[in-house]
Amino acid sequence: MILRLEHVTKTYAGKSSLVHAVRDVSIGVDHGDFVVLQGPSGCGKTTALLMAGGLLSPDSGLVSVTEQNPYALTANERAAFRARTIGFVFQQFHLVPYLSVLDNVLAPCIAADVQDDSCGRADSLIERFGLAHRKSHLPGELSSGERQRTALARALLNKPPLLLADEPTGNLDQENAEAVLGHMKEFAESGGAVLLVTHDERAIPFAHRVVRLRDGQISDEMDRSSGGVN
Amino acid sequence: MNVWRLVIREIKHRKLNFAMGLLSVAVAVASLIGAQTLLTGDRLLTGQLLSAKETEVRTAVSEKQAAVEQAGKELQDVVRKQMLGLGFNVLILPKEQSLSEIHLNGSMSATMQEEYVDRLANSKIMTVNHLLPSVTRRVQWDEQDREIIIVGTRGEVPIQHRALKKPLLDEVAAGRIVVGHELHRQLDLSEGDTVQLKGRDFVVSKLHDERGSVDDVTVWINLAEAQEMLGMQNQINAILALECGCTGDRISQIRAEISEILPGTQVIERYSQAVTRAESRAKAKASAEKALADAEAFGAQQIAMEEKSRQEIEERHAGFAAILVPLVILGAVVTIGLLALMNSRQRSQEVGILRAIGLSTQQLMLVFLSKAALIGLLGGVAGVFGGLMVGRLLSDFEAGVIGWNELLETSQLSTLIVIAPVFALLLSGVASWVPALLAARQDPAVVLQGE
Repeated sequence: MILRLEHVTKTYAGKSSLVHAVRDVSIGVDHGDFVVLQGPSGCGKTTALLMAGGLLSPDSGLVSVTEQNPYALTANERAAFRARTIGFVFQQFHLVPYLSVLDNVLAPCIAADVQDDSCGRADSLIERFGLAHRKSHLPGELSSGERQRTALARALLNKPPLLLADEPTGNLDQENAEAVLGHMKEFAESGGAVLLVTHDERAIPFAHRVVRLRDGQISDEMDRSSGGVN
Repeated sequence: MNVWRLVIREIKHRKLNFAMGLLSVAVAVASLIGAQTLLTGDRLLTGQLLSAKETEVRTAVSEKQAAVEQAGKELQDVVRKQMLGLGFNVLILPKEQSLSEIHLNGSMSATMQEEYVDRLANSKIMTVNHLLPSVTRRVQWDEQDREIIIVGTRGEVPIQHRALKKPLLDEVAAGRIVVGHELHRQLDLSEGDTVQLKGRDFVVSKLHDERGSVDDVTVWINLAEAQEMLGMQNQINAILALECGCTGDRISQIRAEISEILPGTQVIERYSQAVTRAESRAKAKASAEKALADAEAFGAQQIAMEEKSRQEIEERHAGFAAILVPLVILGAVVTIGLLALMNSRQRSQEVGILRAIGLSTQQLMLVFLSKAALIGLLGGVAGVFGGLMVGRLLSDFEAGVIGWNELLETSQLSTLIVIAPVFALLLSGVASWVPALLAARQDPAVVLQGE
């Protein structure tokens, strides 16, 4: 199993009361899985994704990525672990505004644990995502779809076993959304594991499994490969 | 892709932030270097000005001294000539010599042994100088049909216990004659002419200028020839002398001393003007010496005033620098810190994603501190050049000739020039440390959740 969330819980202190963002959630994502975590705004999707990405430690429960608990590591070890293991894609793209497409894709190479041969893949990824003609352009000069494809290329540069995506199609039109989702599915089918957090219904046809969250809890789970609902 | 590429790209992207940081460091370093340049320039200029002033004063004093010495010599010469003109002012005569004869006839009949003058010269006498033995007689110059005074002299006899002095009167050689003014004027004589006196031939060796005294109708010949001519072998009528610069009752002192050495003599004083002249010479000398001392004192005073004035300027500049430099440096530290903080805030999303994709705290610190180091180093170098220029502009270099070489050769300034960029690097690093640390320790989850 690439990713395991077992009974994870996260509670925030609100202004007047506690906010239970995630309650006793368990999700598993394995090689070849494209899992969509769906739910309305504020249901705890992003919190669950950040916990899965080693960016937010749960109050209780276990997080395991490639059979390793990232929260058992020091902050720097966890950063190196993330660099090796997880690729991130966000709704706001989070590209470095002063770096070209190529440099943004190469940004993970700054981290010491990234392999040199991975950095050599930048050009082929850019080509693959249809960004060759935009290689030297800054993010401000790109369309939303191009930005998100750049972010996806960056996330996949290091051949991570796990791809975590938070509303990657939220700012994209149909065509670009389908292109991005298609690339993610391709990644999953090539042996990677994808956990996509979204409320965008357009993602569902691409998913092998859909997990619905409501008020921080899993309300239902649908395995689309078999067509059943758990 | 590496940290440096990231840093350079970010600098290009946020030029204003970088330029502001650079300017802050440059201003801080420029104030430090500028102040040191100014103070070093002050010191060098003070040295130059004082040295020039000392040379000027030394030259003025030495010119004054030379002038004083020259004036002294001229005065001495003039006095000597005047004394010569006036004659010796002390007359040592045999006791029986009638003064009436001297004053009425210009002649002396009483005699004393010529050996007296040697006795006087060999004594420890202090009150007189320039001993001149002479015979003096009023005679008829048959060859020229007129009365004259003949003075025979052998030249001055040096006083043995004194340093040899330049004689007031040169010896008249045998066969030579020195002629007074009235005589040579009336007889139309010239130097080199031959005249006959008492049947002997004499070559005129010197013609005196008018003195307005009995000297104008006097001739001077060699003492031995005069003694022979007048039948006065080994006899003299008088010893002429010049009194020393004695004080108090001079003549009494002279008389007392001479009467002990030469009993049976009398001493009379002539031409007290000579004494007055001698006194005035002494006064002139003293006045010249005082003028010289005054010039030296004035010079020293001028140097002291210049030194004080320069010291005041240096202290004023040093005081100004002591307040301004720390303030500017403090201002620069605060500005750099605020700029770094602003930069880290601006880059919070970027930092969040860089953390998310695997950059460690140290690597993120390196991203921020590399930029700070670059700002420090470049700002430091720019500040060094700026400071040198500003320091030079503020300094009063026109007053002296201080070149860059002289400035840079001073160890304090050259050391500071080397240290300043390192100092700037540290300053920028220290000011950026906390913002960099805050940025690097930023929780990526907070940033990424913020979307």
